[in-house]
Amino acid sequence: MSSTSTDPRIAGGRKAPAKGITLSWSDPRLRAIVWQAVIVGLIGAGIWYLASNTATNLEQRRIATGFDFLGTVAGIPIGEHLVPYDPSVNTYGRAVMVGILNTLLVTVVGVALITVLGTVIGIASLSGNWLLSRLCNVYVEVMRDVPLLLHLLFWYAVLLTLPPVREAMMVIPGVFLSNSGLKVPLLVWEQAHSFFMLALAAGAFATWLAARRATAVQHATGVRPRVWPVALVAMVVVPVAIWALLGGPFTLEVPVKGRFRFNGGGSISPEFMALMIGLVLYHAAFAAEIVRSGIQAVPSGQWEAGGALGLKRGTMLRQIVLPQALRVIIPPMTSTYLGVAKNSSLAVAIGYPDLVSIVNTTLNQTGQAIEGIALIMAVYLSISLSISLFMNWYNARIALVER
Amino acid sequence: MSTATTTHTSVPGREQPPLLVAGPIAWARANLFSSFWSSLVTLALAYFIIKYTISFVDWAFLKSVWTVPADPVTGRLNPDACRQAKGEGACWAVIWDKYRFILFGRYPYEEQWRPAIVLVLFIGLFVVSAMRRFWRKELALIWVATLTAIFMLMWGGVFGLAYVPQDVWGGLPITLILSTFGLACAFPIAVLVALGRRSTNLPAVKLLCVIYIEVIRGVPLISLLFMASVMFPLFMPEGLNPDKLLRAQVAIILFAAVYLAEVIRGGLQALPKGQYEAADALGLSYWKKMGLIILPQALRLVIPPLVNTFIGFFKDTSLVLIIGIFDLLTSGKVAVADPIWQAFSTEVYIMLGLIYFCFCFSMARYSRGLEREFSKSVRR
Repeated sequence: MSSTSTDPRIAGGRKAPAKGITLSWSDPRLRAIVWQAVIVGLIGAGIWYLASNTATNLEQRRIATGFDFLGTVAGIPIGEHLVPYDPSVNTYGRAVMVGILNTLLVTVVGVALITVLGTVIGIASLSGNWLLSRLCNVYVEVMRDVPLLLHLLFWYAVLLTLPPVREAMMVIPGVFLSNSGLKVPLLVWEQAHSFFMLALAAGAFATWLAARRATAVQHATGVRPRVWPVALVAMVVVPVAIWALLGGPFTLEVPVKGRFRFNGGGSISPEFMALMIGLVLYHAAFAAEIVRSGIQAVPSGQWEAGGALGLKRGTMLRQIVLPQALRVIIPPMTSTYLGVAKNSSLAVAIGYPDLVSIVNTTLNQTGQAIEGIALIMAVYLSISLSISLFMNWYNARIALVER
Repeated sequence: MSTATTTHTSVPGREQPPLLVAGPIAWARANLFSSFWSSLVTLALAYFIIKYTISFVDWAFLKSVWTVPADPVTGRLNPDACRQAKGEGACWAVIWDKYRFILFGRYPYEEQWRPAIVLVLFIGLFVVSAMRRFWRKELALIWVATLTAIFMLMWGGVFGLAYVPQDVWGGLPITLILSTFGLACAFPIAVLVALGRRSTNLPAVKLLCVIYIEVIRGVPLISLLFMASVMFPLFMPEGLNPDKLLRAQVAIILFAAVYLAEVIRGGLQALPKGQYEAADALGLSYWKKMGLIILPQALRLVIPPLVNTFIGFFKDTSLVLIIGIFDLLTSGKVAVADPIWQAFSTEVYIMLGLIYFCFCFSMARYSRGLEREFSKSVRR
């Protein structure tokens, strides 16, 4: 809003309006203040009314307030936990933390899988192959027009109709699929593996440095030095050599089929699998649409220019089109990621112990609904905020720099 | 283009016309077999599509069980035929047995013609609202009249209809009530919130709107529904206890309003500044400016994304399952909790998926058609 006093048209002639607020209803500034006071007052009164009702109700029902319950022993059995958890010893606070970690696990794994699957389907739906692009379109339509909750219930039901442990299917040697989930062999972790991982990380860093140097040399001389020999030595040869020097231990702990359960090995529960399958299939359809429209937003002249340079289709896609499409893709993709984080809360419907499900049990046991829901909201708000901050930073980084 | 392998030597120097430029074979060569990899993909996909289509048809139609006999003594259905076909054929008998329960929930059996009419009214309302011929002020009257009729039919108690309490309503009518009523109420709130967020000379109102929008957008719908089911009773004064459906409806309205507001804000921002200035130049008051000049144009701009938001909400109403409200998904889930049908939930979920798909897909097609039509008029 331009301030009226600096308007050159009224510099001469008429007198400029007074700067202060006049006590007249025709002064828009006075009206603005009055309206705001009225609205804020009404909303404040409404909140005060609800709060006083709540206080009375809480007192009448003798429900405790405050977050003290987080310090008491929970007694909620939780099937899946990333940190050690024992219901007879650990507190509600610990249980909530287990829930937060499970939610984060679902979100992170989900976002990664959705990005990959969505990008593949989005690019494939623009393929010149009619059958492939049609199939991708059908996938997108079918998946996104069915509620996510129905997806979850459906996949959970399908997983539960798998054969019982006794007749578990062996997908590949050592990996078993049954109605109690997926059993996978685990590597018996030894010190050599830790050194191997350290060497791998160092190698990745070295490769990144080499790639940066290569780009600098390319900018200076036009010739890009080869990076892959460095990568091969730093990321494969050296780590493997370290691992071999330390004795090359490699023992797999293969799950052994018992009568009712498997012994040993790692396991993925049917709840987690159903949640993952449902979330990924559903959101990948949206991600695919975002990727597709992002690529289509790149002018066809870019493809043609790439073709005129004699680039292959794959090279054009990677080097020319996708970097430009990313700018269109990032903002809507951010809201898809936020949606994944929020929709992971549907886990409560199939009994995966995520944050909402654990807090729901907690508030049923303690009756402290307000604190529980405030906790859920606070955690999700922080997750959402972190995702948007990160994506905004990334968006700013890849934004077109106009000179 | 392959090099000519022709044996014609009579017309030297002249290229042979391409063999095929039109027709199905040329089309297939261009779109299915244009290169080695494309051909490979086509063949692999065709193999899998044919294989899975055959096994699906086999499962769904050829080896499926459509009805099961009732036990002559107890009168209960005997699902042995389904159990035998398990794994090879679908058991559609569960749908045949339960379809009225899935569609109408626990609504009294003899009165179920009433929710059936409600469904027809709802679909009629959607179709009428979708036709641009009816986009005028009278449409609001049609909505009010239809929604009144719907609630009269559902509740009864007038015109000799038996009274049916709200807690036995269920199935598809609940889903449609929650989504339609929710959107109808959320829309005016959304417009106000969007205007509030855009307002320049009411900073306090703007701040309130921003807080409202960002908080609700940052939390999952489930947390709001939990709030509706366990916290609203605490908010209310002694003795006043709105029923569960109404509480869930309020939560959905609060949630939907935010997402609609953000879409509408997009429309407000997309409108050229000249429109605002022209309205100011005419000396219109704020509400006249918005109601007569800005909103009609801004809303028109965002109809396609609005319809997409509607689709999202239609699907999201299924979340009320978690707080135990009897919508379509819940009644399907309860139907397969029946001990004799417990093993056949897949069939029921497929049917539920089809119902949701029909609604969402038609809305999506409609939105895409509108988008095309609008972009045409802009181009002209």
